Amino acid sequence: MNTKLNSSLSLAKPDQDLSTKQKIAVGLGAIGLFILFLAFLNIDFPNRVLFLSAALGLITIGTIVFANSAYLKKTEGIKNDGVWFKSISSRGILGWITGIILTAFYIVLYFYPQYLGLGMDGAANTGLISLFDPLSQLLSGRPASQWFVYGTFYTLAILIFGYKFLLKYRHNRYEQIRTGSVMFFQLAFAFLIPEFMYRLNSGLPYYDLKNIWPLNYYLFDEWSVKSFLSNGNIGLALLLFGIASIFIITPILTYKYGKRWYCSWVCGCGGLAETAGDSFRQLSDKSLKAWRLERWLVHTVLVFSVVMTIATVYTYLGYDSNNFWLTRGVFISLAIAFLSLVFLLTMIFKRDALGKDAKYGAIGYFITIALLLILYFTGTTHEVFFINSGNLRSAYGFYIGSIFSGVVGTGFYPIFGNRVWCRFGCPMAAILGFQQRLLSKFRITTNGGQCISCGNCSTYCEMGIDVRAYAQKGENIVRSSCVGCGICSAVCPRGVLKLENDSMKGRINPTEILLGNDVDLMDLINQK
Amino acid sequence: MEHIVIIGNGISGVTAARHIRKLSDKKITIISSETEHFFSRTALMYVYMGHMKFEHLKPYEYWFWKKNRIELQQGFVKTIDVKSKTLHFTEGFTMTYDKLVIATGSKPNKFGWKGEDLNGVQGLYSKQDLENLEIYAPNNKTCRHAVIVGGGLIGIELAEMLNSRNIPVTFLVRESSFWNGVLPQGESEMLNKHIKNHHIDLRLSSNLKEIISDQNGKVKSIIIQETGEEISCDFVGLTTGVSPNIDFIKESEIETKKGVLVNRFLETSIPDIYAIGDCAEQREAIGNRPVIEAVWYTGRMMGETLAQTLCGNKLEYKPGHWFNSAKFFDIEYQTYGWVFPEPKENHAHFHWIHQDDSKCITMEYNTITNEFLGINTFGIRMRHEVFDTWLSEKQTIDYVISHLEAANFDPEFYKHFEKDIQASFKNTLQTI
Repeated sequence: MNTKLNSSLSLAKPDQDLSTKQKIAVGLGAIGLFILFLAFLNIDFPNRVLFLSAALGLITIGTIVFANSAYLKKTEGIKNDGVWFKSISSRGILGWITGIILTAFYIVLYFYPQYLGLGMDGAANTGLISLFDPLSQLLSGRPASQWFVYGTFYTLAILIFGYKFLLKYRHNRYEQIRTGSVMFFQLAFAFLIPEFMYRLNSGLPYYDLKNIWPLNYYLFDEWSVKSFLSNGNIGLALLLFGIASIFIITPILTYKYGKRWYCSWVCGCGGLAETAGDSFRQLSDKSLKAWRLERWLVHTVLVFSVVMTIATVYTYLGYDSNNFWLTRGVFISLAIAFLSLVFLLTMIFKRDALGKDAKYGAIGYFITIALLLILYFTGTTHEVFFINSGNLRSAYGFYIGSIFSGVVGTGFYPIFGNRVWCRFGCPMAAILGFQQRLLSKFRITTNGGQCISCGNCSTYCEMGIDVRAYAQKGENIVRSSCVGCGICSAVCPRGVLKLENDSMKGRINPTEILLGNDVDLMDLINQK
Repeated sequence: MEHIVIIGNGISGVTAARHIRKLSDKKITIISSETEHFFSRTALMYVYMGHMKFEHLKPYEYWFWKKNRIELQQGFVKTIDVKSKTLHFTEGFTMTYDKLVIATGSKPNKFGWKGEDLNGVQGLYSKQDLENLEIYAPNNKTCRHAVIVGGGLIGIELAEMLNSRNIPVTFLVRESSFWNGVLPQGESEMLNKHIKNHHIDLRLSSNLKEIISDQNGKVKSIIIQETGEEISCDFVGLTTGVSPNIDFIKESEIETKKGVLVNRFLETSIPDIYAIGDCAEQREAIGNRPVIEAVWYTGRMMGETLAQTLCGNKLEYKPGHWFNSAKFFDIEYQTYGWVFPEPKENHAHFHWIHQDDSKCITMEYNTITNEFLGINTFGIRMRHEVFDTWLSEKQTIDYVISHLEAANFDPEFYKHFEKDIQASFKNTLQTI
């Protein structure tokens, strides 16, 4: 930030309503979207390469010009002026329209891809999807699918809104580096590498290396595992990497840095939320009620995904250990042993840290283990809770994978905020959060007695954490749901919050009397 | 059951109530004529700027008060009858108490300027002030120009607020440089530039002569004392400090001066009546502190202390090392210990400023003992706890400078300036 006096500045700041430049930028973006809309209406463009480039290019240029005009002329600092006056960011009419369009798009994408022009039964693509054929051919040598179109939009959104975010927070290096990271992981790991991998070895399933089970709930599906295993050492290595990701890599990184290493630095869902969703972070519900709902919902989804995965794997394993060492019996025993171990270790070493939440965790675990036992001893090969595991798998895919994470999770950004899925639904976030709460060096430190209870931190917390409730008590924030985006610290006008990795000791520090009062009183109250 | 009545639902009164509830089962009533619920006064500016809605300013959800059995009474206390321990409200009803806590805060100062009560002339303190601001300065059509009188923390906040709605602002500051009655020159000058960079028409060494009315009793213009210049405006913000809001007490037997006089136990001259926060005036100053401290933190600390006394653990109000914070547009400010605008006798300042004019620190220390006495830091966040410890340990300035990194509280990956500061400190010593 440079505040050397600039004598050319006029009195009163430049116009706040859309400047001419911004209006042109909106126009350019709208033309880009209009081309896509025409394609959606099944207009066949003579030169797809040209029109696709024009559409994506115009949207990109429009966003860049708009962002430049919005932020570059202003001094560096927090840019939340008018957030609650703007229709788009305060659940106004623009917010609702955007929400409805996004939701409709997701419904079509997941359930009616033929309307986007997906060629069914081997037919050539038409409409919007066909417009993307040249790009798909270029990257992986095959025609586009609805997922390729979606992936392209998704990546583009993270990149262009990431750029906007970088300008908005250009005074904040934590935000800069973190955003650079999510932009990189989306572009390279989610978008380019899987396409190239397909080109090199077309038998491999689409595999986004950073998409870890249980977020990637189909990783251990039979078709997925089979195609890994039928692709020699590379396939096996990838499968092992997938297993190591959740059982080895994740716990180590979460211990060292908290769940933020994943949720706001690597993950694609987090990436979209932090970039395209940034304008909606203040819409998350901070009430105690919402927190209660969150704890039940996210852990229920986790239990659901664990049971579903185990049941799915179980059904395609055999009985005979001569064929393959991992039989149904061995697998189910391993699963029960692992879950019981986690449960016991938590109860023995961490029960004090859990408090009331322990009950919820315990219930979830008991249900999981009980379901597995039922699965095994009823001997009904395909049934858990009398539900066919195939049905269980498709129910999960439908309700959680599509409706929750897509339609609600992203479609409702402008209504419920940008982290609905991450907060209420993501089983990966639940696992990481469980560990963050109990076994991690990460916390948000509060700065002695400096809090003025203004509420900026809570308002701009996308996960709906009432940060102020802790800060005004001088208490560190150690919450499972915190994704470590760092915005609470950024918007604090008094320098009260800092994201830190430090020792486990003293991480959770409930205080009654804040720093600033006389020492005797603080000792008297805080140390009893 | 003992009934504790608290007049005022600001940070002092609410903190006292919360702590009394933690320590006891007494009946607690909080009275307010301003709002139903406690809100963060310091954050009113963010509502006008659109960062938050008023709802976001409330630190506790509505169920909190019921759950903690803290009764909220809306009303305006007209008189206190100390003999019968009864409060009389302007609304006509009465309420009796066993113990009374006066926590009525402040009101903006007015100095008898001609036209100071016109429409469109106001301070910025209460929720009602915010509502009036929305009437007289909602945008730059209704308010084509605004004038702010008084160069303190509220003044600069009001400038930032009006600026966020594109209203041109002329900022009259009595001093020769912004807030230089509190800040050393280097810091004050840095802020002058920062203010001007935000398109504020900063007028230093300028006093208000009078405010001129239009035919409807609304402000039309102001006249500057020094130059006689008339500036037409639709809004005048009076931000020349605050004083205790105790008009209704002046009639009672409770002893007052500028504020309600209290001893170190926060007791007034009448038994069972206490005063805390902005409206309390210490009979004798505590250390370097003024007798009336209109600061968020001290209000909270008095509330914490008084709750102990009221619950049977009689405690003196003993504030620890001075600290405070503010934000001047984009530049954050924190202070720990005492730094005076001019070093006191046998004291000296070490001043470091970053070349981009957005970060600087000033430390005051004793030139004989080398004891570190305080720091002002702009644009670099520092740890309260670390400085509190260093001040208690009476560390030397050399120690503080060489351990400065331990006090850094900036977000991760931020550029550090300790080496730069240390080098600069070495140079200063060599030149002395």
